[in-house]
Amino acid sequence: MQKIIKGREIVTDNWHLLPKETTFEEIPNTDNVIIPVALWLEHGHALTTRDGRLGVWLDSDEEPESIADSLEHFQVIAINFPAFTDGRGFSYARLLRERFGYKGEIRAIGDVLQDQLYFMQRCGFDAYVIRADRDPEAALAGLNDFTVTYQTGADQPQPLFRRRLA
Amino acid sequence: MYVYDEYDQKIVEERVKQFRDQTRRYLAGELSGEEYRPLRLQNGLYIQRYAPMLRIAVPYGLLNTKQVRKLAQIARDYDKGYAHVSTRQNFQFNWPELEEIPDILAELATVQMHAIQTSGNCIRNTTTDQFAGVAADELVDPRPWCEIIRQWSTFHPEFAHLPRKFKIAVNGAKMDRAAIEVHDIGLEAVKNEAGELGFRVLVGGGQGRTPYVGAFIKDFLPWQHLLTYLEAILRVYNRYGRRDNKFKARIKILVKALGENVFAEKVEAEWAYLKDGPSMLIEAEVERVSKFFVDPAYEALEDQSEALAKLEAEHPGFARWRTRNTFPHKKPGYIAVTLSLKPIGTAPGDITDKQLDAVADLADRYSFGELRTSHTQNIILADVRQDQLFTLWNELRENGFATPNVGLLTDMICCPGGDFCSLANAKSIPVAESIQRRFDDLDYLFDIGDIDLNISGCMNACGHHHVGHIGILGVDKKGEEFYQVSLGGYAGRDASLAKILGPSFAQEEMPDVIEKIINVYVGQRTEDERFIDTYRRIGIEPFKERVYAKNH
Repeated sequence: MQKIIKGREIVTDNWHLLPKETTFEEIPNTDNVIIPVALWLEHGHALTTRDGRLGVWLDSDEEPESIADSLEHFQVIAINFPAFTDGRGFSYARLLRERFGYKGEIRAIGDVLQDQLYFMQRCGFDAYVIRADRDPEAALAGLNDFTVTYQTGADQPQPLFRRRLA
Repeated sequence: MYVYDEYDQKIVEERVKQFRDQTRRYLAGELSGEEYRPLRLQNGLYIQRYAPMLRIAVPYGLLNTKQVRKLAQIARDYDKGYAHVSTRQNFQFNWPELEEIPDILAELATVQMHAIQTSGNCIRNTTTDQFAGVAADELVDPRPWCEIIRQWSTFHPEFAHLPRKFKIAVNGAKMDRAAIEVHDIGLEAVKNEAGELGFRVLVGGGQGRTPYVGAFIKDFLPWQHLLTYLEAILRVYNRYGRRDNKFKARIKILVKALGENVFAEKVEAEWAYLKDGPSMLIEAEVERVSKFFVDPAYEALEDQSEALAKLEAEHPGFARWRTRNTFPHKKPGYIAVTLSLKPIGTAPGDITDKQLDAVADLADRYSFGELRTSHTQNIILADVRQDQLFTLWNELRENGFATPNVGLLTDMICCPGGDFCSLANAKSIPVAESIQRRFDDLDYLFDIGDIDLNISGCMNACGHHHVGHIGILGVDKKGEEFYQVSLGGYAGRDASLAKILGPSFAQEEMPDVIEKIINVYVGQRTEDERFIDTYRRIGIEPFKERVYAKNH
C-alpha cells in the first residue's frame, strides 16, 4: 500500500482510487474506494448500500457543486491536479470546506509536490498523495513554509487585518 | 510610505528561506527544470539569454532611500553595476548568478523588499499613478488601497496557480496615469453623491497577443467590499479561465467569451457569498494603512512662479527642462520632478549603481527621503520645494538625469528585447537608440510635443506597444528581425488600441519610417494639436500613404 500524508503525518493509505473508465459493475462491494464523480452522479444511491467505505474524486474540470447535496455519503473527496500549475482544485477545496461545510477528508491527487502543500492546506486539503516518484517524507516540510498568513482560509477564519487588532 | 510590522517582515524572511531551499533542491537535481520553473518565476527569476534576470518588486512604485542604496549595492556586488526600471514600476537585474539569488533576496529582506509574485501565473505587483498622493488632480490617494491589495494578494493560497498572469492597477486622479483600462482589473477610486468612497471596477483589459480595453462591470463598489469583490472576480477566473492554451488564458479572453454582462453576473453570484464575510474591510485597517501615507512635513510655502520665470529667462535649458520634467503639486511652493532615464545612448530605464546612490542622496536632500518609479521607466522625486528647483536641476545635470524629454518622442517605453530576453523575437533597445539619434534636436522634439512611442520586442507587449501613440513591435520573419508599426494607441482615460499601419520594416528603415510619420503629423496638425489628436482627426490613411509611397 502506498504512503500518503494525512494531517501532518505519513500514513499507509487504505483507499483504492478507481480510474475514470471504471464501470458501475466493477466497483467492489467491500473495498474502500474513491470513485470517479461521474459514477456517483449516474448511480448515486445504489452506491450507498455497499459494505465498503465510499469516496469520490473530481477532476480539475469537474465542479464541486455537483456533489454539494450528497456530501454526507463520502468519507473522502479527492481532487485531481492534472498538472502542478492547474490551480482550479484550490478553489474547489475552499468551496467544499467553507461553503458546503464538508468535514471529511479532502485529498490532493495527481501532480502533487512539496511546493503546493502549504497553499493546499490553507484551502482545506488535509491529505496529500505525493507523486509516486517523490518521497512523501521529504515533502512534509512544505506544510511549514510560512507561519504568517494575510488572508482567510479554511485553516484561518480571520484575515490578518482583523487579527492585528486583537 | 508603508513600514513592515513583525508579520510583514516574517513573511519575506520565510520566503527567502523557502526559495533558498527550492533553489538548493533544483541545483541538487531534486527538482527538474520544468518543476523549478513556476517556483522561480513566482519569485521573479527568469532564465535569460546570457544570465538569469531577477525582477524585484517595487510595490506601486514607492521606494525609500535605504532601499535604493541597497539596490545600488546589489548592482555592484551581484550584477554588472546597473539595474533596469521595468514597465511595471519594478527593478530588474540582468546579470546575477543563479546560485546567489537567495543571498540577494536575503539582502533585500533587510530593507523590506522582495521579489514575490513579480512573474508567473499569479497576482502581480499592483501599480498606480507615479504622482499618487501629490497630484493636484487627485481625488483619492490610491496608495493605501494598493498596500491593502498587496497584502491580500501576497501568497493568496487559492490563486497561487492562475491560468495566466494577473495585473491590477489603481487610479485615484482625474487623469488616468496608471493605464487602468488595459489591466486585468482596473480600479478607479471614486466618491458617490453622499461623499462615500468606493471603486469603479473594470475587468478584462490587457495587452499581450490579443489586446483589449477592459469593460467596467461595477460603477460603485463600496470600499468595505474591495477585497471580497476582488476575490469573487479571481475565483471566477481561476475556475473558468482557459488552461488549454496559454495564449488564450488571460481573463480578457474569458470576459470576451462570456460577454461582460454574463461575466459580471457570475462575479455577483460569487460575491453574494463572500461580501459580508470576514474579509470585508474595516475602518481600523484602512486607518492603520492610511497613516503610512499621510503628508510629509510640508512647510507653508508659496508658489515661486516669478522667481522661476526669472531663472528661466536666464537659463533656457532650465526653462526647457521645467516645461517637460516637472509636474504640478497639490501643495503651494512644491513641485514633483521626473528624472529622465532616457538620455540618448542608454537603454531606456537603465540606471547605474552610482546613479542609484546619487538618486538616494538627492531624495534625502530634496524630497523627504522617498522616490518613485513610473511605468514609463523614469524616477520621480515627488516633493521638491520650488525654491530649490534650480539647484536640484544643476545636480541632476551632473548625474545625467536632466534630459528634458519627459513625455516627448525620445522618452520611449521599451522592453529589454532580444538583447536580453529569451522570449523576444527582435531587439528593441537598438531601435530605440536609432530613433533617439535621429531625433536628437531638442527644439524639434519640443515642437513635436507630447507623444508616446512604445517598443516591444515581441507580442507579449512588455513595451506597451498597443497603447503607444506610435507602437513598434518586433516580429520574426523567417529568422530575420522586422518591425511592425501601429498608430493611435492611448493608455489614459478612454483608452484605445493602436492600429497596424501595414507591412513591417527592417531595423535600419525605422528612423526613416518614424520621421515620415512625424512629418505627416507636423504637416497636418492644427495649432497646439497633439499627435494623438491629429491622428484621431485624420485617421491612419495619410500616414500609410506617406510611409509606403513608392518614390518619396
